[in-house]
Amino acid sequence: MFDSIIIGGGHNGLVCATYLAKAGQKVVLLEAGDQVGGLAKKREFAQGFNAPVANYVQHFSDQVVKDLGLSKYGYANQGADSPLIAVGSDGQSISVLGDDLEGASDSDQAAYKTLRRSLKKYAKALNSSWNTAIPKVGDNSLREIGVFAKMGLNIRLMGKEDMQEFLRVFSLPMRDLMDENFESPLLKAALSWDGLQGARLAPRSPNSAVLALLLKMSSSTEGGVSLGSSQLISALTQAAIDAGVTIKTNTRVEQVLVSADESTVVATGVKLTDGEHINARRVVSGVDPKSTFMKLVPADYQEIEFIGRIDRFRSKGLVGKLNIALKSTPKFSADVADNGRLILADKMDDIEFAFDDTKYDLPSEHPVLEVTIPSSVDSNVAPAGKALLQANVMYLPQHIEGGWSEQAKLAYVQKLIAVLEKYAPGIGELVEAAELLTPDDLEKEYGVTGGHWHHGEFAADQILMMRPTYGAAQYNSPIENLHLCSAGCHPGGGLMGAAGRNAAKEILR
Amino acid sequence: MKQYDAIIIGAGHNGLTNAAYLAKAGLDVLVLEKNDYIGGAAVTRELEQGFKYSNCSYVCSMMRQAIHRDLDLARHGLVLVPYLGTVNFGDQLNDVLVDYPNESAGYNEWRRRNPHDADSRHRFETDLARYAQLIRKTLLRTPPDPTSFKPRDIHELLWLGKTFFSIGEKQLYEYIRFFTMSATEFLEEYFDDPLIKAAMASPGIIGTALGVDSPGSAYILLHHVMGDVDGNIGAWGLARGGMGAISNALMSAAKSHGAEVRTNSGVAQVLVENGKAAGVVLENGDELRSKIVVSNLDAKRTFTKIVDRKDIPERIFKQASNFKIRGSSGKVNIALSGLPKFIGVPDNRYINRGGQGFCGSLKTMEKAYDCWKRGTWSDDPFIESVIPSVWDPTVAPPGQHWMSNFIQYCPHELADGPWTPEKRDAFADSVINKIERYSPGFKDLIIHAEVRTPFEIENEVGLTEGNIFQGELTIDQLLFNRPFPGYSQYRMPVKNMYMCGSSTHPGGGVSSACGANAAREILMDLKKANTVPEDDFYDE
Repeated sequence: MFDSIIIGGGHNGLVCATYLAKAGQKVVLLEAGDQVGGLAKKREFAQGFNAPVANYVQHFSDQVVKDLGLSKYGYANQGADSPLIAVGSDGQSISVLGDDLEGASDSDQAAYKTLRRSLKKYAKALNSSWNTAIPKVGDNSLREIGVFAKMGLNIRLMGKEDMQEFLRVFSLPMRDLMDENFESPLLKAALSWDGLQGARLAPRSPNSAVLALLLKMSSSTEGGVSLGSSQLISALTQAAIDAGVTIKTNTRVEQVLVSADESTVVATGVKLTDGEHINARRVVSGVDPKSTFMKLVPADYQEIEFIGRIDRFRSKGLVGKLNIALKSTPKFSADVADNGRLILADKMDDIEFAFDDTKYDLPSEHPVLEVTIPSSVDSNVAPAGKALLQANVMYLPQHIEGGWSEQAKLAYVQKLIAVLEKYAPGIGELVEAAELLTPDDLEKEYGVTGGHWHHGEFAADQILMMRPTYGAAQYNSPIENLHLCSAGCHPGGGLMGAAGRNAAKEILR
Repeated sequence: MKQYDAIIIGAGHNGLTNAAYLAKAGLDVLVLEKNDYIGGAAVTRELEQGFKYSNCSYVCSMMRQAIHRDLDLARHGLVLVPYLGTVNFGDQLNDVLVDYPNESAGYNEWRRRNPHDADSRHRFETDLARYAQLIRKTLLRTPPDPTSFKPRDIHELLWLGKTFFSIGEKQLYEYIRFFTMSATEFLEEYFDDPLIKAAMASPGIIGTALGVDSPGSAYILLHHVMGDVDGNIGAWGLARGGMGAISNALMSAAKSHGAEVRTNSGVAQVLVENGKAAGVVLENGDELRSKIVVSNLDAKRTFTKIVDRKDIPERIFKQASNFKIRGSSGKVNIALSGLPKFIGVPDNRYINRGGQGFCGSLKTMEKAYDCWKRGTWSDDPFIESVIPSVWDPTVAPPGQHWMSNFIQYCPHELADGPWTPEKRDAFADSVINKIERYSPGFKDLIIHAEVRTPFEIENEVGLTEGNIFQGELTIDQLLFNRPFPGYSQYRMPVKNMYMCGSSTHPGGGVSSACGANAAREILMDLKKANTVPEDDFYDE
């Protein structure tokens, strides 16, 4: 009999399992695929090329690194040496690293320092909110008052002017934030990127983008391509095993087993696809909330209102992943560092208009891309002498008019290579193999509903005590002993690990 | 030289309201208006013999009834006529949704289209009314400063918290979503029918630089349904004699308390002496002195045009320059030789109930927004129309009519350069052609048309970029952020200077709330007895 079953070997599942095991629990982690790591697991799309969907780490939790001693296993939160590079179609480029801008005007440089200082300050004030469960509102418990008072106090402690500015800025669309601060359209497009990527947001969308950016600034690392995800996953796996977690791969959960009497429904274990039952004191779901409640838990044991809310949890993925195996490292016309994240968008409206197409179920006619060349920093991801290019493509809806047929995907890959050709002439000749993963592919292959990176929009109304929805926002659910630990919980997605940690803390409390 | 107690810049409805309450408290008040008529955007203008256009705002919904009563606007000539609903037209001809004031007729009309939606309607309207009620309670209150430790701010903050939490846990969560989500997302939780969704979404985009798909548009929807004309929550009304009747009544009330109103008196600059406002300099060079100065102009215009940059903190100048005040709406006011007939509306039976909504579908509306983003207008625009002359015989010659057409979206600046008369006419053609599609023969009825893009609205009314709300209604510009963080309590960075326009809380709409709230704060500073009434609460 196990204390806890963790469904799904994504990074949050691994983190949660390890915390529980370290606290003395007997834990089994069940992974449907043949390896753990979720969206960050190894992916060999062409002989010798390893291209995980989540290929670099940007804001992994410092606390988790510390608590689980990940440095022992070869992972440390560092890697601010990987610049964000705005690349224009005219060959111009601006490189952003830490506080410094290279290639920007003096006034943009000064503005960037000021804005970054403010954003860092806001991010720091919010930090404690990401690293704890947010109690439900309205019960007036001491804990509730404590957590909200602390959040309020942290914001107040920024000082009057900063607090005022924070309360204005947090809901701004990226476009306004950028326009208020910078001159260069190219720079604005690149700096707005991290607030938008992975979400159903365009530069003009208000309310959520700045919060997403602040979440990404919560860790000491700013990551980028230098900090590959594979070290993180292998460190987490090793830490889990050392803590005593039993990891079973190729073990797909078909159903969460529940028993019910008149007043309560209790989770008792899981049933696997091969018919085996595994019993445990609790079940912790590391898969996204929609899959958990709409696929794994039998419908007849759930409240209709709750399921309705889970159903409307917004989780439409809009990012595609392009992996290209290249004969050799491509040469960009602009002067760009090998380890950079290249943002290919001339101005914010390019991103905006790329988004507009998706409103009508069309892939972007003129897509905008974030390009990395992981092989420049990690010799293990491509055969010697060859190169791996990965790009996040915005925006691709999960379902398009006419469907994502193989033909449609091939045509779109050609379009993307043509885009790349503008920035790196001759790249088309170097292509050995290419694959495009649409959100639909991500859903099918990785089991994330909607193919959404973060299991659900990180939107102002889907965070804190509202993520994924009230009634399941404290890492628990209406079903007793069924817990959640995925990115579909507070504080959300990206390779961060905070949801897994917060879940474990709540379970152990 | 005469010194006034207060000079109010701009005779818009909020300026006049402010003047009325200050004068009522015994202050010597002067209102200055640059145009040769008063009212700002709440005006009636006879641009064609016999036709009295409400050429800017065209319906009245948010007017605070407490003010209406307190200033006795009825005695000053204001008559409000209920607006009984809109006939909405879908993308396809003959696809019509009629709004009936009678509940069971309304239900049947919806049921004809979609039984599920008909059943959802009650839930939708109840939810909407509940959310609207909560905001409505804040309209005649001064927003608290969340960074302040003054007893009054703490008290107000606690009141807000209490009011907010009192709706219960479940509603609270739903409410937060309402603030942040898009109109489309919100409506899709209730409805399936494309025309019903479009019709219900239309208030979510009026006057705003957001689309039905943009996060935040659900709140705008709320802003348009929290009115309570004649005590009917959510109701709209028309002013007999046009919207100018509201301004005229307010002016008459202000004058009855002793306020003075001067037209043709544009203000060039606010006089600031020793860090304090001391009066104004008119465009003709005349200097007028006063103890306090109140600006009814929008925040951007006030702090980038008529207050000297050296007189305010640089931070405020920057915030004023960045203040989001985007022109997104146009109007085409049309004099007609007869009542137009619409396809799908037999015998025009429903036309004289209210207005017409040419909304099509959410997609049509969103596409129109896409055009706006690209600096142009849509050939298939969203139009909200009213023919006031069917209720109000005073606004058109017998047998003839005038039609107010409000268009979303219309850019302030075009991608291919500034507005020209030719482009303006082309914009009007897109509107008239669309109406003609639904009302064959419409063009032949046209006697006169006045076309107003944001460019005209800015030049004539003075609203920066032609934004009808004096500033976008997004979270960063609402409540204690409106117009600027730290200055939401009507006092401005220059001592003895105040703001009373829609750039302040609670924002746009002919509500008189901004003007009244500002008056209350001013009287408090002057240690005078408050003359501003409290709002009506129906549910307590």
